[in-house]
Amino acid sequence: MEVRQQRGRILIGKLGLDGHDRGAKIIARSLCNDCFEVIYTGIRRTPEEIASAAIQEDVDAIGLSLLSGAHNELVQALLKALQQTKGKDIPVIIGGIIPQEDIPHLKEDGVHEVFTPGTPIQTILDAFRKVTDEYRHKKHYQTS
Amino acid sequence: MNEIDEILHGIRQKDPHAIGRAISIVEEGDQMAGAILQTLDDETVFTATIVGITGSPGVGKSTLVGQLISHYCRQGHRIGVVAIDPSSPVSGGAFLGDRIRMMRHTMDQDVVIRSMATRGRPGGLCAAAGAAARIMVSSGCNPVIIETVGIGQAEVDVVSLADITVLVFAPGLGDDIQAMKAGVIEMADILVVNKADCPGADALAMEIESAVHGRSCPVCRTIATDTTGIEKLASVIHDVAQKKRQNGQFAGNRQKARELEVLDWAVEMMRAKLKDHLRSQSKQIKGDPRTIARKLIEEICVS
Repeated sequence: MEVRQQRGRILIGKLGLDGHDRGAKIIARSLCNDCFEVIYTGIRRTPEEIASAAIQEDVDAIGLSLLSGAHNELVQALLKALQQTKGKDIPVIIGGIIPQEDIPHLKEDGVHEVFTPGTPIQTILDAFRKVTDEYRHKKHYQTS
Repeated sequence: MNEIDEILHGIRQKDPHAIGRAISIVEEGDQMAGAILQTLDDETVFTATIVGITGSPGVGKSTLVGQLISHYCRQGHRIGVVAIDPSSPVSGGAFLGDRIRMMRHTMDQDVVIRSMATRGRPGGLCAAAGAAARIMVSSGCNPVIIETVGIGQAEVDVVSLADITVLVFAPGLGDDIQAMKAGVIEMADILVVNKADCPGADALAMEIESAVHGRSCPVCRTIATDTTGIEKLASVIHDVAQKKRQNGQFAGNRQKARELEVLDWAVEMMRAKLKDHLRSQSKQIKGDPRTIARKLIEEICVS
């Protein structure tokens, strides 16, 4: 059996006290169909757990769904945890209920993209393709 | 220090970043893979036990592995887990969901978990599973658990890679005829009836006990959601490993596993060459495939 060359490994999960995972699962499924390998870590994770899993799995991007309203605090904590575990270069994309006024701050802090309800799936896939391509380029795998 | 030395140093220092990178390098077939794997200490690799956990989809393999991790942690072991899920034959992507059953150990410094996709390889494993296990062992993990994809009856690859193979069953998935069929059940070292609190568990245990009749193969009962039977299973794994080491089976199996891995890689490398050659010769293939294949091999080997 021949399988197409996969595009990269992505961690998809949910941070904090928020159990609504339909959105995260739709993104995970769409990424699989777009030739990504998705490590799904499920609901109610701490920022430290996500960072640790991302390092162990050597992912090429992290995608988080946040609907709880605690995105500013949780994302800050995640970026800090990534910095402490040699993962500060891993691109982070978030989506969910994020007020427009918070988006510039999140991006300043280092989040690559922020998607709100109504975003077409293809836009999200394109964003993941872009950041994983760039990150994998940095890793420069050289197949012999 | 160059990148390879840095990674090797990191593996010895139990640095999760280095371990993760090393496994990716092997998985991606990067040029550095050989240099990294070549340097791992064979003797250290030999001292560790590699436990394969296999069984049909949904019998509770990942949950069972989660409990075994907890058990080994309590005993003070450093433990590695390679959790394999299938790649989609349609898209090439994969949904790797085994880790979700093991998340409570994510913050544990001495638990190394890596999710991997089969990437088109049949047999229930991924091509880099053996290498990933060796990298984990080199970072001090013992045992290393390899959890296969949910398998059918004939995916026996894990038996050759692992020192001990545990085949997991759950009641409610088939009748007594299933246990009589040939395949993994004949090659597993330990059989587990998981979900032992569900209806039909006793009957299932009897069926598989009679299926392995005449062969020394312990049958354990577990309820992986509440730790029932986990300690017993771990001690059975320990005993079987001990026995295999004493009677020389362990070393023999390792040698065979190496041989198989070499052949696997050789075939894998040849495959690409053969395909290129075949496609360069003709657009359309006509005639008996077997004859053409023989001719193809002759041509490749001479050139």
